[in-house]
Amino acid sequence: MEYFVQQLINGLTLGSIYGLIAIGYTMVYGIIGMINFAHGDIFMIGSFIALAVFLILTTVLGFTFLPVVLLIVLIISMFFTAAWGWTVERLAYRPLRGSFRLAPLITAIGMSIVLQNFVQITQGARVKPLPPQIQGGVTLMEGSTEAGTIVVQMSYMQMIIILSTIVLMVGFTMLISRTPLGRAQRACEQDRKMAALLGINVDRTISLTFVMGAALASVAGLMFLLLYGVIDFYIGFLAGVKAFTAAVLGGIGSLPGAMLGGLLIGLIEVFWSGYFSVEYKDVAAFSILAIVLIFLPSGLLGQPEVEKV
Amino acid sequence: MAASNTNAPTSDVTPVGAQAEAEAHRLPPAPANNPHSLAASVRDAAIAAFLAGVLGFFFIGVRTDIAPGGLDLRMRWGAWIVSILVVFAGRLLLNIFVWKTDKPITRRVKTGSGGMSETVSKTLKYALLAFALILPFFFTTFFPGKDRQFIDLAILIMTYIMLGWGLNIVVGLAGLLDLGYVAFYAVGAYSFALLAQYLDFGFWLALPLAGLLAATWGMILGFPVLRLRGDYLAIVTLAFGEIIRVVLLNWYEFTKGPDGISGIPKPTFFGLELKRGEGGFADFFGIAYDPIHRFIFLYYIILALALITNLVTMRLRRLPIGRAWEALREDEIACRSLGINTRNTKLTAFAIGAMFGGFAGSFFATRQGFISPESFTFLESAIILAIVVLGGLGSQIGVVIASVVMIGGIELLRNLGFLQQVFGSGFDPVQYRMLIFGLAMVLIMVWKPRGLVSTREPSAVYKEKKRIGADMVAQGEGH
Repeated sequence: MEYFVQQLINGLTLGSIYGLIAIGYTMVYGIIGMINFAHGDIFMIGSFIALAVFLILTTVLGFTFLPVVLLIVLIISMFFTAAWGWTVERLAYRPLRGSFRLAPLITAIGMSIVLQNFVQITQGARVKPLPPQIQGGVTLMEGSTEAGTIVVQMSYMQMIIILSTIVLMVGFTMLISRTPLGRAQRACEQDRKMAALLGINVDRTISLTFVMGAALASVAGLMFLLLYGVIDFYIGFLAGVKAFTAAVLGGIGSLPGAMLGGLLIGLIEVFWSGYFSVEYKDVAAFSILAIVLIFLPSGLLGQPEVEKV
Repeated sequence: MAASNTNAPTSDVTPVGAQAEAEAHRLPPAPANNPHSLAASVRDAAIAAFLAGVLGFFFIGVRTDIAPGGLDLRMRWGAWIVSILVVFAGRLLLNIFVWKTDKPITRRVKTGSGGMSETVSKTLKYALLAFALILPFFFTTFFPGKDRQFIDLAILIMTYIMLGWGLNIVVGLAGLLDLGYVAFYAVGAYSFALLAQYLDFGFWLALPLAGLLAATWGMILGFPVLRLRGDYLAIVTLAFGEIIRVVLLNWYEFTKGPDGISGIPKPTFFGLELKRGEGGFADFFGIAYDPIHRFIFLYYIILALALITNLVTMRLRRLPIGRAWEALREDEIACRSLGINTRNTKLTAFAIGAMFGGFAGSFFATRQGFISPESFTFLESAIILAIVVLGGLGSQIGVVIASVVMIGGIELLRNLGFLQQVFGSGFDPVQYRMLIFGLAMVLIMVWKPRGLVSTREPSAVYKEKKRIGADMVAQGEGH
């Protein structure tokens, strides 16, 4: 039981990170119907920027009060990662709008290769370790088994991740449902041509979608950096595929679906590694993807696509 | 531009004209309003440079390295400023000469999109074939010092041509977007390696078996994804490719996991081994032994395999099954309405494409003599797909051109030693290989979204042959 609760907490933490990345996939897919393959690498870019800002603040400028440092890191890395997201869209996807469907997918894969290798060349191929910054936690329960006592602990880091994910999700849902920008975005999602006729700047809305997705991915990047303490140029690929799986599982195009899918994928991965085998945890996630797509193509919360002739 | 309207219904969504006008009314008339003026070019370049500075700051301007006692931070102001200046200059030059001018210098380059005349393309095909046939002897005669390196490169390019042709059946003809093609390449390579290791099979005996096994896997993986289309299909095939790699990596008892399998036997020439001394190929024919013989032999094997792939594809296109593939690519619903069994059609496309991938995989195993899961990553699938799409979906000659350009191009970087004298000894052009590869993928796609060779010859002809413009076909959508 204790083991189960501990895994549940770990799974929710990992799932929050996946969910934040998945939102970027689901929004982009909803609005222009393409898989933004480079989104996982935007997440990676976000975590590298967070690392650099953190080091500049702590070692060069000598800040020591951690909450303020983390807040500044968060804001700066969101801004800079958003600039990356905007640029990727501007360079690789906008010229191909209205072209046939495979073209943006190929440029997305190309962009993914470019981003990975750009970071590898400029920052080196070796992993970047960051010692844990936030230590300690709350003991939730204790239990004894024949192997010894098991302590269920929720670290402060995990709490911060889960709480800030909730805050971000609430804010983001408000943004989509209440603001003019959110309205414009939902309009573009439904019918781009009609939205344009009604005076919505479609290109700008699409760009902002990429900006928002990238900003959320950079939050996920910062969390990943603080939680695992190790990043390299290749973390974006696996995280990206899993986040996409999450988006599909929740129903692509649906924001609560992306979050739900992220949590489920996180839980599945953690429980699979906890109870079966660590080596095959990626196989578990990928199999879920295949099974969901085959038997439930519209996901858990998505709307089924109607095929028109 | 009547043709582009047929296939680009969403391209005119943006109210560019109206909006630009509205903005012009709002702004006071300024000389910068003329989009072709020098000031506008400079301003645009300055914006691009500013953006480059923002994007590059934490990557080019800052470098983190592992140091004793944590991470060490180093500022690289020089590199950062140089990168901004390079972007500024590049953008300015492009603005002045290409984008923001009435007379772009690329005007002449834009001769009709892929509009090679039929005789030219036919001549080109035969010329390329003739060159491919004599290629090893061309290199041994004219580049005796570097022949081994060049033939090795030719083998590599030919392998990618074969893989591209194999994938072209699935993506180009049947319109099924497959991002996990490397799985079949891996199945072929591992089938041969394991057959050789456990059952002592030779290359020629294992080759058909590897193809069969890969085809079986193509069916097994193809079956569950029959109902999926477009991007979903792509992502599931990607997942399958990764699953196969992870299994190969972790099933240590059977595949030796990350250690890989070594000592894979070399192919024999009708039972003759290409080795030094008694009973070898050179000894049998009474010629002096030369290690280059093995390279030439390998080259001809892959050439033959690739040509078989091409021949089979061209023949299949004329058979009912090939026409069903192309019909499926254009419109799946229409296809089903006309009574075509879409399930079998898709499965045969998967199986035949996978089979050629499997052949290429066995060849890869015998050429390297060593395989490990490292060789079968997603990147490999992406490269093969990029070759097919950049060449122009469904175009056989396009695959050849794209392979030579992309694979040959990035291998060329290995020979650019003189760049080290320009940029200093720390500069290693090889590490920029994949960066340039990715950039080329993006640029070629933006420049020619339909690929380098974008016109297609119809498979079925009524009365006379007409070339189909690329804009007229909805290829590769999977429905």
